[in-house]
Amino acid sequence: MLDHTPKECIERKAIVINPAKTCQPLGATYAALGIHNCLPHSHGSQGCQMYFRSHLSRHFREPVEASTSSFTEGSAVFGGGSNLKTAINNVFAIYNPDIMAIHTTCLSETIGDDIPTYIAEAKIPEGKFVIHANTPSYVGSHIVGFSNMTKGMVKYLSVNSNQPNGKLNIIPGFVNPGDMREIKRMLKSMGAEFIMFPDTSGVLDAPLTSNYNIFPEGGTRVEDIIDAGNSIATLALGSFASADSAFELKKKCKVPARTLLTPIGINATDDFLVAASRFTGKEVSMELEEERGQVIDIMADLHQHYHGKKVALFGDPDILIGLTAFLLELGMIPKYVLTGTPGEAFEKEVCPMLEEAGVDGKVKAAGDLFALHQWIKNEPVDLLMGTTYGKYIARAEDIPLVRVGFPIMDRGVHSYLPIVGYRGAMRLVEMISNTLLDRVDRDALDEDMELIM
Amino acid sequence: MKDKIIMKEELGKILDKYPAAAFKGRKGHTLIVDQCLAPQEMVADTRTIPGIITERGCTYAGCKGVVVGPLKDTIAITHGPIGCGYYSWLTRRNKARKNEGEDQNFLAYCFSTDMQEADIVFGGEKKLRAAITEVVEIFHPKTIMICATCPVGLIGDDINAVAVWAEKELGVQTIAFNCEGYKGVSQSAGHHIANNGLFKHIMGTGDAPKKEFSINILGEYNIGGDGWEIERLLKIIGYNIISIMSGDGTVERLRSAHKADLNLVQCHRSINYVAEMLREKHGTDWIKVNFLGIESTIQSLRDTAKYFNDPGLIERTEELIEAELLAIGPKMEKYIEICKGKTAALFVGGSRANHFQGLFKELGMETVLAGFEFAHRDDYEGREVIPTIKANADNKNIENLVVERDEKSYRLILSEERYAQLSKEMSLNYFAGMIKVMNDGTVVVDDINHYEMESFMKLLKPDVFGSGIKEKYVIHKMGTFSKQLHSYDYSGPFAGFKGAVIFARDIAMGLTTPAWKLIKPKWKTEPMLEGNYIEEVG
Ligand code: SF4
Ligand code: SF4
Repeated sequence: MLDHTPKECIERKAIVINPAKTCQPLGATYAALGIHNCLPHSHGSQGCQMYFRSHLSRHFREPVEASTSSFTEGSAVFGGGSNLKTAINNVFAIYNPDIMAIHTTCLSETIGDDIPTYIAEAKIPEGKFVIHANTPSYVGSHIVGFSNMTKGMVKYLSVNSNQPNGKLNIIPGFVNPGDMREIKRMLKSMGAEFIMFPDTSGVLDAPLTSNYNIFPEGGTRVEDIIDAGNSIATLALGSFASADSAFELKKKCKVPARTLLTPIGINATDDFLVAASRFTGKEVSMELEEERGQVIDIMADLHQHYHGKKVALFGDPDILIGLTAFLLELGMIPKYVLTGTPGEAFEKEVCPMLEEAGVDGKVKAAGDLFALHQWIKNEPVDLLMGTTYGKYIARAEDIPLVRVGFPIMDRGVHSYLPIVGYRGAMRLVEMISNTLLDRVDRDALDEDMELIM
Repeated sequence: MKDKIIMKEELGKILDKYPAAAFKGRKGHTLIVDQCLAPQEMVADTRTIPGIITERGCTYAGCKGVVVGPLKDTIAITHGPIGCGYYSWLTRRNKARKNEGEDQNFLAYCFSTDMQEADIVFGGEKKLRAAITEVVEIFHPKTIMICATCPVGLIGDDINAVAVWAEKELGVQTIAFNCEGYKGVSQSAGHHIANNGLFKHIMGTGDAPKKEFSINILGEYNIGGDGWEIERLLKIIGYNIISIMSGDGTVERLRSAHKADLNLVQCHRSINYVAEMLREKHGTDWIKVNFLGIESTIQSLRDTAKYFNDPGLIERTEELIEAELLAIGPKMEKYIEICKGKTAALFVGGSRANHFQGLFKELGMETVLAGFEFAHRDDYEGREVIPTIKANADNKNIENLVVERDEKSYRLILSEERYAQLSKEMSLNYFAGMIKVMNDGTVVVDDINHYEMESFMKLLKPDVFGSGIKEKYVIHKMGTFSKQLHSYDYSGPFAGFKGAVIFARDIAMGLTTPAWKLIKPKWKTEPMLEGNYIEEVG
């Protein structure tokens, strides 16, 4: 397995080997699916949308529909204006969404297609919306694409109509529907009123009822995104995927913005609840406090299984920052933290966390899995945490893997269950300690097998 | 099956919902099979209409993803931004292993130049050159394939010049594929580009020792291990398999492909170019085979043996058939019991919707709808229509290699007489297409899209929909079982005799898994009056 990966690292400036990121439009598609009755549209050649849809479908095991401008060589030369106008016509005539969310691909970006002009010239049926975001993939990653599309929602839709709604805006970041449900549950438990966007719960975890509808029940209503301009404040969960949209809302509608960590682990969840409580004036509920106490109880009872273990982590920046914080709370050692998404901000945020904890680790943005694998070859770890792609390294180096993040394509159910909040923390402790213990059981000599651990 | 007249009316209603231009674009792509009207003409291999939720992919996917990607001993570098390379990394189940004497398998790796803004603005050739240099230093590959994505063509990077440079400076044979996604109307253009590149630069450069009964298996990608199963059968009979194109294949073996006596073509769409070019240049005949389904497997094995007309081969073929049938014994029966009388709809790439129909028939299931994502008219109607296919702006885009006879290697194995005879008995250098095997009143749809799939599901209510990942969960949401026929839902092999049993098991399992019966909650089906409840507990 991966046996062409040598131990010695040579510096690479050009080739990316086994990427830990993908392109912007995938994130833009995911964000757009978090609007109710929305059809994401990929303005470029059709191959890209085939890839995003397949990839998202494999992670969520759900239908992912998106249309495309289906460029041909002619459109590549003369621009995609007429393709887009035809596409807008067809989309509303055939699928009839409330809103169409257009993103660009590398091709239309390279051509320099002027989407706002095309939209202005298109015939859009009464009461329907068309929004767009520029998502060139030669910049950033799928996380940046998510951020750009969410920002597009604010730019096109949100309005401050001087009618304060008493609600708190939540931008959850590129997390699973299970996480979005958990964030909403926590807020509901406090009695706080909120608008969360995008919200893919009910879209990418929809029930099987035999009544298929291309647009499932879930997703943030367009009216709510408009009304987000009247909210008390915006909490952006995760600086990479959410902060930009919160600041756009501040700029456009004067809604105060706060950026928090993705609420993974104890402190980050505490911070989220404190902020939510301060802005809405609602107290953190007893229910949540009880859950918190349960997690602390579990952490005290199980620490011997994971404390001091070295972990290699990879995935998307906001999730990694939250996970790093939580692993430190667990007394574990986040030895390597690597994201494919570029941005110095990542290293600036994670390095001090490790330093403060006295961890001698490696942190890298714009990295790839080939580099992570080489680090592990040079100094091994006890556990790998990351996406499905990690299984090849896990097998090559014989280290256990906890699957977390996007994409997970070789296991099911993960997208329904949270890693955020206290419940998510509980689940993470269960996954981490079970994985380590399964390994202990597997490796134990007969005489060392323990009934109770 | 519904009456074909009613079906034609229903089809009309489905198409009527389209706006005028889209209606015009789609109407020739669907037909109700009516053998009285044979030959029926399909419209295929044309542009997808913008705004339609299409299931199609791009030229790059056909070139890098389908044909070039499975070659395990080469490094395929995707020159472009990160996504294209990332999505085509390990997602297609073309299995590969290091066989005896093979020391390289790069399939678990993804190589991308991850172009950044500066590369787009100032050109990406410099980065590509640096990338190749790094790859050579780390991995020492014997060959490198450069696959271009959309922006590359647009900014005018000359990847062919880079390939020439790499060969000269680094001493590694490097082949450039201009397979930018927009080049064609689907993956199909990419197959052609890949066929051309490999034929031009690789095939004919090797010198494998001459052995009797030498064949190539073309258009077999070893999905779920199908290729390994086919290889196992052919080896028992005594064939010398020179190369497989391209599942578990190597560039090094492909080099000697011209040494084969016969080519077996499994997927016609993706590989017919190479099969034809090998024939023109070296005289090698090809036959269309199908190793999916027991009957077709038997037929394919017999045709192959008959071509060589060797008593030993023929005898061993019959022995093998007998042994394999014995080995699977009555294992199919319990599955047939579950499946018989049910119906299937198939929408797959460019061959499988055809290949699987026989297998379903062996399970007692009729295929009521079949269609391809990126086929051409010949895949529907048979190769006889090729001369009548009109050139258009899109297919003109792809180079048609002019191949000349190589007098040194050219040889015809069959006498004129025997050729004429075998042409009547098997698909010799010929493919009959899908429509001919379908029943009256069934539906053929080219390049089906989301709306049409939903409409046909409602109309035909098939029990199984065989298709890909993008369609699978839509079908499940409707309460119907969907089987992925690209990835086999990570099962397989489905080829050959044993494969047929695995397939039968999978279909029976999918049809009978208890989940389908649990869809309605009890409170939707049982009386919910409180009175009843008190009575019961009381
Ligand atoms: S061209 Fe760009 S947008 Fe399309 S798949 Fe490739 S990286 Fe993604
Ligand atoms: S950018 Fe072009 S080559 Fe890449 S996936 Fe999209 S259509 Fe295909």
